[in-house]
Order: sequence, then C-alpha cells, then structure tokens
Amino acid sequence: MAEYMNIFNAVQVRSPAYGGTPLRPGIWKRQGGSLFSYWLGWMGDAQVGPVYLGTLGLASLLCGFIAFEIIGLNMLASVNWSPTEFLRQLPWLALEPPAPSNGLHIPPLNQGGWWLMAGFFLTASLLLWWARMYRRARALGMGTHVAWAFAAAIWLYLVLGFIRPLLMGSWGEAVPFGIFPHLDWTAAFSIRYGNLFYNPFHMLSIAFLYGSALLFAMHAATILACSRMGVDRELEQIVDRGTGAERAALFWRWTMGFNATVESIHRWAWWFAVLCPLVGGIGILLTGTVVDNWYLWAVKHGVAPSYPQVFPAVPDPATLPGAAP
Amino acid sequence: MKLLRTLLLAAAVAAVTTSCERPPVSTVQHGYRGLAMGLVYNPRTQARQAEANTVPAADPPADASGPRAASVYQNIQVLNDLSVAQFARLMVAMTAWVAPPEQSCGYCHAVTDMASDANYRKVVARQMLRMVRHLNGEWQAHVAATGVTCYTCHRGNGVPQYVWYRQVPPAPGADFAGNRAGQNAPAPVVGLTSLPNDPYGTFLAGEPENIRVVATEPLPGTGSGSTIKQTEKSYGLMIHMSRALGVNCTYCHNSRSFTSWDSSTPQRATAWYGIRMVRDINTQYLEPLTPVFPADRKGPMHDVAKVDCETCHQGAFKPLYGVSMLKDYPELAGAGAH
Repeated sequence: MAEYMNIFNAVQVRSPAYGGTPLRPGIWKRQGGSLFSYWLGWMGDAQVGPVYLGTLGLASLLCGFIAFEIIGLNMLASVNWSPTEFLRQLPWLALEPPAPSNGLHIPPLNQGGWWLMAGFFLTASLLLWWARMYRRARALGMGTHVAWAFAAAIWLYLVLGFIRPLLMGSWGEAVPFGIFPHLDWTAAFSIRYGNLFYNPFHMLSIAFLYGSALLFAMHAATILACSRMGVDRELEQIVDRGTGAERAALFWRWTMGFNATVESIHRWAWWFAVLCPLVGGIGILLTGTVVDNWYLWAVKHGVAPSYPQVFPAVPDPATLPGAAP
Repeated sequence: MKLLRTLLLAAAVAAVTTSCERPPVSTVQHGYRGLAMGLVYNPRTQARQAEANTVPAADPPADASGPRAASVYQNIQVLNDLSVAQFARLMVAMTAWVAPPEQSCGYCHAVTDMASDANYRKVVARQMLRMVRHLNGEWQAHVAATGVTCYTCHRGNGVPQYVWYRQVPPAPGADFAGNRAGQNAPAPVVGLTSLPNDPYGTFLAGEPENIRVVATEPLPGTGSGSTIKQTEKSYGLMIHMSRALGVNCTYCHNSRSFTSWDSSTPQRATAWYGIRMVRDINTQYLEPLTPVFPADRKGPMHDVAKVDCETCHQGAFKPLYGVSMLKDYPELAGAGAH
C-alpha cells in the first residue's frame, strides 16, 4: 500500500474541509466555501479557502487596485492606448516621479501628480495589508513575527519612495514605477553616489541577502533529508525529539561542531531575512543625505584599496589650461 | 515529472537565447589584474564591423607644383592653396566618397557651370572642407595624426549613415496621462535601455547639459548636487558612446569609480575631446548651414542633420580601425598639422 512520505510521493492526505477556529463575533465571516485542488496539494495544502477578507483586507485590495490602475493606465496612455504596443513595450514603460525642479510641491497630474497618487494608494494598500496581517495573527493567538518581517520590507519601500525623497527635498529622487525603469534608476543611483558597493550598509544588506539564501538552503535541505525519518511530522520535537530531528542536529554537529535547534534555526532565518531590507534601507537613507560619494568615503576611511597604475597618468582634460568645460 | 522537465528545459533555452549573446565571446584584459577591466569582443560582431570599416584604395598622389587651382578655376574659396592636379584628384576622390555614382559631379555642381553655387550641396561641401581642415588642424587631441577625411563619415553616402535631428518635445501637460518624460521606450540610441533617449539633443549641440553628475567629495554640501534624473541622462550618453565605438564601459573607465581620472584609461581623455569636437562640429559647422539646406533635408524641428560619435566611429573603437586616409590626401590637412 502506498504510504504518504513527502512532496515526491504521489499520495495526498485528504480530510474533510476545515473551516478554522471559531471567529470572535463581528460583521465579517470567512468568505467562500472550501475546494480541493490536486495540483495545489502537490506543493502545499490541497484545501483552498475559506478566506477571511475583513475591512482591512477589502480596503487594502481597493487601494492596491487603484494604484495598479493608475500605473497601468498611464503606461497604456504612454503608448497611445495601443494594446499591442502596451504588451510589446511593457518592460520599458513606467510612471515617472515628478521632475527634480518640482521639489516637494504637488505637480500637475501628467507631470508626476499621477505618480504621487499611485504612491499614496500603493502605500496605503501595503500599510492596510500589514495591519490585516497583524490582526489575523492576533486573532489566531499567534505572535506577530510575519507582520514585523513584512514591516522590514515596507521600511525599505518607504525609504526609497518617501522618506529619502522628503529628506532630499525632491520627489524626483524617488523610484519610477516600471520594470526596466526602476532597474535603470537603481544603476543610476549607484553611479550618482559613487558606487553603492562601498556603502557599508549595502554590504551588510548583501551579506544578509546571501546569508538568507544560504540559511534557507541549509535548513530546507536538512529537513528534506530527514523527512524519510518523518522529521516534518515531529510536532513535539523539543519535548519529545524524534529520530529525524535528532539526526538533523547530529549531522550539523558532526559537520561543523555546532547545530541550531529546531526553534533557533527559525530565529536565524527570521533575523537574516528581516535585516536584509532593514540595513539596506539605512544604507539608502544615508545616501545623498549623509554621504555623497561612497567610493570617496571608502577611500577616506581606508576601505577601498588602491591598485598599481598600468596606464600613463591621465589628467582631467577639463582642468588643463584653455579647456572648455 | 516529464512535463516539468520539459517546461524547465524550454524556460532555460528561452532565457539563454533571448538574453545572452551567442558565444564565443572573448575578453581581453585592459587594466591591472583582478579589476575586471576586460574588453569584451565577439568575433562575429568584429567581422561585421571590420567589413563596414574597410578603407578604399587611394588614388596615386598628385603633383603639388604648377599653377594654383584658384588661379585657374573660378569661385575657389577653400582649396585655393592646391595645385590644379591636387585639386582635380581631390574632386575625383570626393565624388567617389560622397556622390551617388549615377550623379557623379552633378550631385554638387551645376554641370553647365562648375563654378556656380546654385546647388546647395556645393555650399555644404565647401563648409565641410573647412570643417575637415579644422578638425585635422585643431582637434588632434581627438583625431591625432590619423585625421579625418570625407570618407570617415560619408562612406559612399550623400548623407552620412548615422546622423541625428532634434526630437519634437512633447507638449508639456497637453495630455492627461502617459507622460514618458523623455525616457522609458526601447530606444536603440541608448542600447534598448529605458534611459532618457535623447542624449544627442541633451549633450551634443548648443547649450549642452553637464555630463559630470558624480559627487567630487565624500560628503554632501560640496558635491555636484546632481539628481538621479540627470545621472540617467549621462548614463544614456555613455551607452550611446559604448555602442558607437563597439566597446564596453571598461574601455575608458574603471567601473568602481566612473568619475576618477586616476583610475581611468587614456582613452577616456580622447573621448572627452571627442565630445567637445562633436559639439564644435554641430554648432560651428552644421547648424550655421540651416538656411542652406532645403526643407526636405531637415528634421521635424527644421534643423540640419547633426553628428554624434557613431557618425565617424560606426562601431569601431577608431574610425576605419585607425587607418589614416589623411596621409594619402594631405590636401585635407589642417593649418596646424604642418
């Protein structure tokens, strides 16, 4: 007889649909019935729904929809309302922030006004969704770790699009809404401020980004490797550790002398993931406000090494006598 | 599983074929070891460029003695220091370099009266001869002793293949939505990035904007104060130069600090003079021809065709890969060259 083991086994666990713990009295109920999807069961729980939308969820979706429409319709207008050109050029299209000359004033709609409006609604949508996550976790009696992790990402978003432009005194410093345009903006940002790789907070952010990937790979691989001992089903590991978790711990102790515990590995992962946008946001916030050229800053503080000159010295032609600027 | 594998394979093939250059790609070290200052070449691209940058055979040299052209022909204003033989040889060469074969001399001259300035192209050609001598004499910081001739840009075309006109500015605020702000379009001039797509009008003609955007001091207050949007414009110009010369950023810059001259290559100084030379050509030689050109030779803003880096370079790091045609045509040398 086939036995359920893990994702690579074709057998799926099916139980009657579970609606969740009882809700406290309120105007909102969980919406939708439950259905089962074999394909979703392949990568997660086969039961879909019911969903708790709630006032915050509804408001968040509404604000998100408005932002999405402002951005999308502006992109469509920029290709003269042609659906084919919209599809063809989509990666290049963008809703641009106001011109730098506009400062922090509210510009006409087509000169950044739409961008401000889209930014407002997108921010409202994100904050409302954050509050919804917080409330749903509380409603289940959970901690609010997910909400605070999400807050770290919102912090980076706010620094890029709101806090730093405020400090610089210009909406024009903010990021455009667009696929390639925001990437080109990122490259230009690094160039303008003398190479972001010399920003120590950017370095930290990269360390946490790659560290997150490494930790995720180590953890996921460990658990998958021990799923044949049923480690994924050892619900009470800390009190009554089973053979799967025991081997997982042994493996790392043998390999590098130290092992995270079943609980602490998730604290490692949480902090690495949260610190990535958190320190990244600090790095962006300092750029242009506190430091104007990270390369020169790194040279000044002995961070950037110097290399032997292999070319004849090139004086800046603009500094030579008689040079036009 | 079979389906998954097929899908993954298809995605991998699509990713490789659409986002990568087909090998082989070779890298030549250009700076100190370990700095990733490599020059990236693809033999297929090089073969194409080499073909587009071949030099036509020179005519046998002409006798510099004998009567001056100006004393024999009428209305000679620029080439009056040449002998009749030199003059005739240069006219033949110019015809081959510029004029369509079926029109020959008649492309510029009124054939019934060769001295007449009735054909606007003759007036333009005279200005261009002044320009070529000016470039060879005054702009050796960029063209060196290699110099330029008509062929450097024209390559057998009446109008050089790579020229630009001013773009029609979008009426500000005229539309309710969809302002592209001069960027965010797949423009070949900026290498299909979404960067601002008029580096020519911004930097290469009258009242050019400042290219230097990077702060010159570590801390704010003393730096350039340039905005990200200005930086994107400069970035667009650099992409144009990279494309026009068929080189990558590290041909001129150490990318860890684009702005530092002490870590740049000598080519960067040559390029610096090149930008000023292009501006000089556009403002001193081409734009003054605006009343001479007929309307159908002008752009949508009624301006004349202007030059950029690609006009001469045409994908080569040195136009015609540095082969000097000037040494075969010393008649085009500038006053400062001798």
